[in-house]
Amino acid sequence: MEENNTQNSSLVTIRNLSFAREQRVIFDNASLDIQHGKITAIMGPSGSGKTTLLKLIGGQLSPSQGSIVVDGQHINQLNRSELYALRKKMGMLFQSGALLTDINVFDNVAYPIREHTALPESIIRTLVLMKLQAVGLRGARLLYPNELSGGMARRVALARAIALDPMMVMYDEPFTGQDPISMGVLVKLIKTLNDSVGLTSIIVSHDVEETAAIADYIYIMSSGKIIGQGTPQELQQSKSEWVQQFMNGKPDGPVKFHYSSDNYFDDL
Amino acid sequence: MITFLSTIGHSVIATLTKTGRGALFLKQTLSYTFSVLCQPRLISKQLFSVGVLTILIITISGLFVGMVLGLQGYYILSDFGAEETLGVMIAASLVRELGPVVSALLFAGRAGSSLTAEIGLMKATEQLSGMEMMAVDPIQRIVCPRFLAGCLSMPLLAAIFSMVGILGGQLVGVSLLGVDEGAFWSQMQSSIDFYDDILNGVIKSVVFGFVVTWISLFEGYDAIPTSEGVSRATTRTVVYSSFAILGMDFILTALMFGDI
Ligand SMILES: Nc1ncnc2c1ncn2[C@@H]1O[C@H](COP(=O)(O)OP(=O)(O)OP(=O)(O)O)[C@@H](O)[C@H]1O
Ligand SMILES: [Mg+2]
Repeated sequence: MEENNTQNSSLVTIRNLSFAREQRVIFDNASLDIQHGKITAIMGPSGSGKTTLLKLIGGQLSPSQGSIVVDGQHINQLNRSELYALRKKMGMLFQSGALLTDINVFDNVAYPIREHTALPESIIRTLVLMKLQAVGLRGARLLYPNELSGGMARRVALARAIALDPMMVMYDEPFTGQDPISMGVLVKLIKTLNDSVGLTSIIVSHDVEETAAIADYIYIMSSGKIIGQGTPQELQQSKSEWVQQFMNGKPDGPVKFHYSSDNYFDDL
Repeated sequence: MITFLSTIGHSVIATLTKTGRGALFLKQTLSYTFSVLCQPRLISKQLFSVGVLTILIITISGLFVGMVLGLQGYYILSDFGAEETLGVMIAASLVRELGPVVSALLFAGRAGSSLTAEIGLMKATEQLSGMEMMAVDPIQRIVCPRFLAGCLSMPLLAAIFSMVGILGGQLVGVSLLGVDEGAFWSQMQSSIDFYDDILNGVIKSVVFGFVVTWISLFEGYDAIPTSEGVSRATTRTVVYSSFAILGMDFILTALMFGDI
C-alpha cells in the first residue's frame, strides 16, 4: 500500500527492462523505481548486473527492451546534448574510481566544476576543499591517483561525484576496500548528503549491514530478475528463501554463488 | 570450404565495420574543430607532447639522413664530374620525399604509438566512461585537441627534418669532401622550385600528419580495453600508419610529379 502513495515521486522508473551482452541475458523483464530523495540500495551476487544497471540508468548502454525514465525523460530517446544535460545532474562513483590519472586529486575533484561552470578559481578552491574534507582527504589533495590506495581513490571519486551537487548520485560499491573507520564515515556521509540536500542516492553494495542501516528501500537482484524488494525491516522478516540467504550471507540456498556453468564434476 | 568462406566473410565484414567506425570517429572529431580551436590551451599542451617532444628524434635522424645523402650523392655525382649539383640532389630528395616520408614514419613510431597507448589505457581504466558520465565528451576533450596538434606538428617536423638534413649534407659534402660551397647553395637555390618542390612536400606532410594522427587516435579509442588489447592496438598503429604513409606517398607522388 505504502508503495502506491509514493509511486509518482519516483525519479527513476524502469519498466520491463531487458538487456543482453552477446549471448548472456543480464536483465530479463526487470522493473524498479528509485524514489525521489530516498536512498535506494541495489544488492545482488557478484556478476548479477548491478554495474550494468547503473550504466543503463546513466545512458551509457541502451536496453534491448523496456524503458528507463530518469527525471521524466526517456533516457535512450534523448539526443546527445539532452543526454549530457541530464548527466550533469547525475553523479556517478565508478567501481574502479575512474579518476583522471594525469592530474592530481584536487584537479580531479575540480574537473567537473571547471568544465561546467565559470566560477572563479577561489570559489572552486573552496568547493573542492569542502568536498575533500568531507571524505577526509583534504591533506591528500596534491597526490596523483597512482599514489593513492584503492580505498582513498574511491573516496576521491566520491568527492568528484558530488562535486556539482547533483540531484542524484549513483554509488557503485562505495564501501569496498574501506577500513571500519572510513566505512563508518562514508555511511554517515552518504546519509547526511541525502537528507540535508535532498539528494537521491542509489547504492550498489555487498555490505548488507551497513547498507541496510541507511537504505530506505532495497532491491535484491539475481539472474536478471528482481528477487526481493522492500524496506530493510521488511526484507529481514521476509519469508523468501532467496532474500533470507542473501541478507544473512548463507552459502547454500537458491542464489547461486557460481557463474552459470556445466556440472562441476563433468567439467573435471 | 564453407568455414573457409565464412571466415573470409567475417573478416571482410569486420574490416568494413571498423572502417565505418573510423569514419564516424573522424567526423565526430572534426565536428569539434572549431570549439577546440577557441580553447588554445587544450591544443598547446598537446602540441608540446606530440610535437615538441618529437623534435629531438627528428633532428638527429634528419642530420644522419642528410649526411648519408651527402656521401652517396658525392660518390655518384663525382663519376660524372657533377659534384656541384650535390646541393640540388640533397635538397630535392629531402624536400620532396625523405622529409615528409621519413619524418612521418618517425612521427608514427614516436608520437602515434604513444597517442594510441594513452587513449587505449584511458579507455581500459574507465577514464573515458568517467568523463562521459560527467557530461564531458571525451572526443571533444581528449581526442580533438590531440588530432589538431598532430595535424599541426607534422608539417613543421617535416620542415625541420629537411632543413637539418640539408645542413647535414652540406657538412659532409662541403666541409668534408670539398664541394664548392658557393656552387652547392646557388645551384640549390636556382633549381628548387617553391611550388613544385616545397609546396608539394608540405602537402604530403600535411596529408601524412592527418592520416597518422587519425589512425593513432582511432586505434586507441577502438582498442579492446585490456592491457593486451592496448598493446595490440599500439602495434597496429605503427603498422597501419607505415603502410598508409608509403602507399599514399606513391599515390601523391604520381599525382604531383607523374604528369598523369
Ligand atoms: N564489457 C562487457 N562485455 C561483456 N560482458 C560483460 C561486460 N561487462 C560485464 N559483463 C557481464 O555482465 C554481467 C554483469 O556485470 P556487472 O559488472 O554489471 O556485474 P556486477 O553486478 O556489478 O558485479 P560486481 O558485484 O562483481 O561488481 C557479468 O556476468 C559480466 O560477465
Ligand atoms: Mg559491479
